[in-house]
Amino acid sequence: MSLKQYQEVIINPLIKENPITLQILGICSALAVTNNLSVTMVMCVAVTSVVSFSNLFISLIRNYIPSSIRIIVQMTIIASLVIVVDELLKAYDYETSKKLSVFVGLIITNCIVMGRAEAFAMKQKPLVSFFDGLGNGIGYSIILIGVAFIRELFGAGTLFGYEILPLVSNGGWYMGNNLLLLPPSSFIIIGLFIWLIRSLQKDQIEEDDFVVTKHSTTPDLSKREINV
Amino acid sequence: MNDSILKTIAVAFSVCLICSLVVSSSAVSLRDLQKENKLNDRRLKVLQVADIYDPSISISEQFSKLESKYIDFDSGRIFNEYKDFNIDEYDQIVVTKDSNLSSSVPASEDIAIIKNRENVGKIYILRNDINKIQKLILPIRGYGLWGTLYGFIAVENDFNTISGIEFYEHKETPGLGAEVDNPKWKSSWKGKKIYNNDQVALEVIKGKVELSDSDSMYKIDGLSGATLTSRGVTNMVAYWFSDSGYANLFRELDYES
Amino acid sequence: MFEHYLSIFITTVFIENIALSLFLGMCTFIAISKKIDAAFGLGIAVIVVCMLTVPLNNLIYNFILREDALTWLGIEGTNLEFVELISYIGVIAASVQILEMFLDKYVPALYNALGQFLPLITVNCAILGASLFMVEKDLLFMESIVYGFGAGFGWALAIVVLAGIREKLKYSDIPEGLKGLGTTFIIVGLMSFGFMSFGGISL
Repeated sequence: MSLKQYQEVIINPLIKENPITLQILGICSALAVTNNLSVTMVMCVAVTSVVSFSNLFISLIRNYIPSSIRIIVQMTIIASLVIVVDELLKAYDYETSKKLSVFVGLIITNCIVMGRAEAFAMKQKPLVSFFDGLGNGIGYSIILIGVAFIRELFGAGTLFGYEILPLVSNGGWYMGNNLLLLPPSSFIIIGLFIWLIRSLQKDQIEEDDFVVTKHSTTPDLSKREINV
Repeated sequence: MNDSILKTIAVAFSVCLICSLVVSSSAVSLRDLQKENKLNDRRLKVLQVADIYDPSISISEQFSKLESKYIDFDSGRIFNEYKDFNIDEYDQIVVTKDSNLSSSVPASEDIAIIKNRENVGKIYILRNDINKIQKLILPIRGYGLWGTLYGFIAVENDFNTISGIEFYEHKETPGLGAEVDNPKWKSSWKGKKIYNNDQVALEVIKGKVELSDSDSMYKIDGLSGATLTSRGVTNMVAYWFSDSGYANLFRELDYES
Repeated sequence: MFEHYLSIFITTVFIENIALSLFLGMCTFIAISKKIDAAFGLGIAVIVVCMLTVPLNNLIYNFILREDALTWLGIEGTNLEFVELISYIGVIAASVQILEMFLDKYVPALYNALGQFLPLITVNCAILGASLFMVEKDLLFMESIVYGFGAGFGWALAIVVLAGIREKLKYSDIPEGLKGLGTTFIIVGLMSFGFMSFGGISL
């Protein structure tokens, strides 16, 4: 395994093959937990560690997994990891775990984890799978942190809970953008992120399902049905 | 070969075994910490609303300064033993699901939309150095916009002055109704009066309170853009300080002192 | 009593819509909403699976996992809540599999219509999410049936509406980079703002 391949599996998922903006994976949790940077960070760490370790373990036993029970074996490993993460959070960071509520549990069905297990870890060696998981986890985190940064800074005027833009309601000058505090705003922010990434990476632009033909006033004789 | 039945079973079994070992050992080893976190979470809010929280001392130690008591809403009497409940674990929200331990609130009286009220509540008492009641910390709840708000309200020993308010659970809109968590708004409750001629007069109004207004001690600034949450808080206060709530308790304590 | 169930149903469909207020099942929601037909099929499948798994998980929670739930077996002082996630996902995976086999054998017409969507549903977080929210709300068995149906129905409603909007937008002139995924995200955001206005409705 060359160094280049490691670099590739880590760097590609960051922008070029970003799991959220290109592969449409793992969006669910991206939305509800992004109103606050510190909560988002915890979520990112949780997802990244679950996806890296599930990739590692699944890849370790990939040659022993019978194809008939493949999915359920992957599920079991992923679910166990998520439970451990959930238990750890409840024990050491109760505040955040309360805010994340069911979304920690929902990492199980986060398609990034299953998707990478199925697409990468089942075929590749353990170490490189681990790094692939890490790369994808970080790719996911970049988008989440970006969204949370915008939402917390312009919505509540704070970052990690520290005041950056003093709000009018607290005697400052900044009128918070309440729209950004509402969860649906994260859809719109991700939509705009996609626009940004696709204007830089032209190859990601989706093709139309149809072709617009040139409008012409002269009839196309070759297509005319001729009744004889 | 990978698909032989024997092998399939063997793999399934060993994966299950290892996973269950990992999961259960982590769950068992962390259980005590989690339990304590859960207890402390609620206790922290009680300490904060009583305004005696000191981050440098452990929560359970500070909490021991407070007395936990049961109260009977109908008579207003305070007592220490209730059935075979342990007072630290007695949860009045859970109890409202049991029709033997709670009664449904008639719709005409249910201004806070709580549906069922426990027969026996739990309150916390803070005493001063000469063992007199200094503050009462009372749990309150009521419906806002998106769901029920749960919180505590602290009352001074004249049983008419608010000393603090704190919500520990709500689903209100961030930036609007969720401003019930705003420290500035919460601190505006301090010193406000509950009763005017034995009627609950305290309310969250629309807009700002004029200090020159003669009624300003009964009024709290409205949460801008959150009319329904403000109204919910007003109704909650009106319900919990009425005869169905803590009014009987206040009378009983007044009589005692 | 009927009123109580109706209120749970309305709350789950509109106020706490599982797709547009709780943002669950988004991956499939966005990926399979290009055409109304497909969205409709997937929506029906989600309703069926939700209605099946939420009450099942309710029974599992109340009779096995919950603190002191095993007293009916004569075992006291148990608390198996930590295996909740894995049990629910197991129930979901198994019931989807069984449903698939059942449909294949007895109702082939329905299988042909829904079959391709069923495997997608196991990893749909709307289903697991519905079960987890059911536990958080501490619903009774009958309530959980209504909740399961409401959750599925709300999700189905949302995806069909989204597919309708996307079909309408097919021939619009959209900036290159926003085509497809980008606009879909923004539409879902706007729809979800729309659903926020259901807040505060009480029956």
